[in-house]
Amino acid sequence: MAWIPAILAVGLVGWFVLTYNVLVRLRNQFRNAWHQIDVQLKRRYDLIPNLVEVVKDYMAYEQETLTRVIEARGAAISAKGAGAQGKAENVLTESLKSLFAVVEKYPELKANQNVAALQEELTATENKISFARQFYNDSVMTYNNRIQSIPSNIIASVFDFSQAEYFEVGEESRAVPRADLR
Amino acid sequence: MVVAGKTCPGCGAGNHPDAVFCNLCQESFPSDGMSRLAGNRTGGAPGQTAPLLRGVPMLSFYEAASRNVRMSRLLFLALFSSFLAVGAGIGSTFGSVGYGVALALILYAILAATAYFRGSSIVLSIHGAREADRSTHQTLRNVVEEMSIASGLPLPRVFVMESPGINAFAAGRNPEEALVAVTTGLLDRLNREELQGVIGHEMAHIRSRDTLYYICAAVLVGSIALLADMFLRGAPFRGRGQAGGGRGNAATFGLGILLAILAPFAARILQMSISRQREYHADAVGAQLTRNPLGLASALEKIAQAGARVPGENRGTQHLFFVNPLRHFADDASALFSTHPSTDLRIKRLKAMAGIGEAVV
Repeated sequence: MAWIPAILAVGLVGWFVLTYNVLVRLRNQFRNAWHQIDVQLKRRYDLIPNLVEVVKDYMAYEQETLTRVIEARGAAISAKGAGAQGKAENVLTESLKSLFAVVEKYPELKANQNVAALQEELTATENKISFARQFYNDSVMTYNNRIQSIPSNIIASVFDFSQAEYFEVGEESRAVPRADLR
Repeated sequence: MVVAGKTCPGCGAGNHPDAVFCNLCQESFPSDGMSRLAGNRTGGAPGQTAPLLRGVPMLSFYEAASRNVRMSRLLFLALFSSFLAVGAGIGSTFGSVGYGVALALILYAILAATAYFRGSSIVLSIHGAREADRSTHQTLRNVVEEMSIASGLPLPRVFVMESPGINAFAAGRNPEEALVAVTTGLLDRLNREELQGVIGHEMAHIRSRDTLYYICAAVLVGSIALLADMFLRGAPFRGRGQAGGGRGNAATFGLGILLAILAPFAARILQMSISRQREYHADAVGAQLTRNPLGLASALEKIAQAGARVPGENRGTQHLFFVNPLRHFADDASALFSTHPSTDLRIKRLKAMAGIGEAVV
C-alpha cells in the first residue's frame, strides 16, 4: 500500500498550489483595483481645466467658486500620503459639487452643449472614482476573507500574505446628499 | 445538516429554515426574515423612492446571490438529466438506449457549438441592434463604464435597439466578449440612476455567466424538442427498431409518443425557472454593484407603465431580456411558464433590500 501516502502527498501539493495561486490572484486583484482609482483621479484632474475654461466667461460673478475648484485640484495633485490625499480629494469633490450647483443657476450655461458634455464626463468620472473605490474594498474583503479562513490561512501566514487595508471615506463626504445632475 | 427545515404552505416544498420565500414556487413565508436582514429601519413607506441607503447590509446581497446560484445549478443539472433521459427513453422505444443517448448528445453538441460561437451575433441581428457611438450615447457609455469598474469586468460592447419600449439585454459567452444592448425608449425615459440600475443588472448577468447559461438552456431545450420531433416523424429510428426484433410494439410506441409530447413541455418549464431565479440573482447583484436598489426598482416601475416591447421580439430570446417583452404586466408572472418573476415582486424585493416597505419577499 505504498501508493496511499503518494496519493496523499500529490493531493496536498495540489491543494497547496491551487490555494497559493488563488491568494496571489486575489492580492493582484486588489492591488490593481487600487491603481484603477488613481487612473480615474487622474482623469478628473485632466477634465477640470477644460470645464473651468468653458464656464469662466459666463461666470463673471462666481470667480470664487472657480478659484476654489482650481485650488482644490492643485492641492489634490500635490498631496502626499494616502491620508492627506484622501482629504484633498474630498475637498475637490465638494468644490466641484458647488460648481455644478452654480451652473444650474445659469440657463445659457446649462444649454451649452460643451458644458453639458463636460458635466456628464465629470459626473461619470466622480462615479467611476467611487465605484473604483467600492471595487477596491470588495476586492480587499474577498482577499481578507480568504487569508483569514481555514485552511488557506496556513499558507497565508507561511508566505506572508498580510491583511489589506480598506479605503475609508471621510466624515464630510459621508454627510453630503447625492445631487441628481440630470 | 440537522436543522429543521421550513415547509412551504403553498406547494409543500422543503426550504432552509432561514428562507423568506419558497425555493420552488417563490411564495413568501410569514416571517421576519427579510426585515431582520434589512435592519428593520423605520420611516420608510411603500412607494417611497428617496435613496435611503444607509445600513444596507452587504450580507443580504451576498446571501441572495449565493442562494440563487445554488438553485440555478440544481435546475441546470435537472434540465441536462431530463435531456439525457428523453434521449434514452426514445432510444429504448426503438431498441437501443445507446443510440438514443448518442444521438441526443451529438445533436446537443452541434446546437451548442452554434449557440456558443454565433449566439451573440444572431441575437443582435434578430433585434436590429447597432453599436452605440461615443458622441451620441455619451451617458449610456459612461454608465456602462461605471458599472464595468464596479464589477471589475472588462468593458462590454454597447448596442442600441430602436424602440419606444423600455428594455435591455446582455449576451456573450464570457465576460471578455460580452455586450449589453438597450432600447432607445430606455435611454429617453430613465434617469441616470435608473439607467445605472438596469446596466448593473445586465453586468450581473455577465459576471455570473448567465448569458452562457441562457444560451445552453435554450440549446438543451431546443434539442429535446428537435429529438421529440424526429421521434414523432420516426425518421432515423424506425428502420432500426423494427429490424431489431419488433420491439416497436404498441405499448412502447405509446410511451414514446407520451415522452415526446411531455419532454419539450417539461424542458420548457425548467428553462423558465432557471431564468426566473437568475433575474432575482441579477437584481440582487446589480443592486450590490450600484449600492442603490431603488434605482433599479424605479426603472422597473417605469417599465410597468411604458411597456417593454422590443423589435424582433420572439419566444426564442424572451428570457434574455431585462423584462420579458412578450408578457403583459397584468399577467400573474409567478405562474410556472414565465421567464421572469413578476415586476411587482422584483420591485418589492429591491425595496426590501433598501429597508423600505414590508418584508414581503
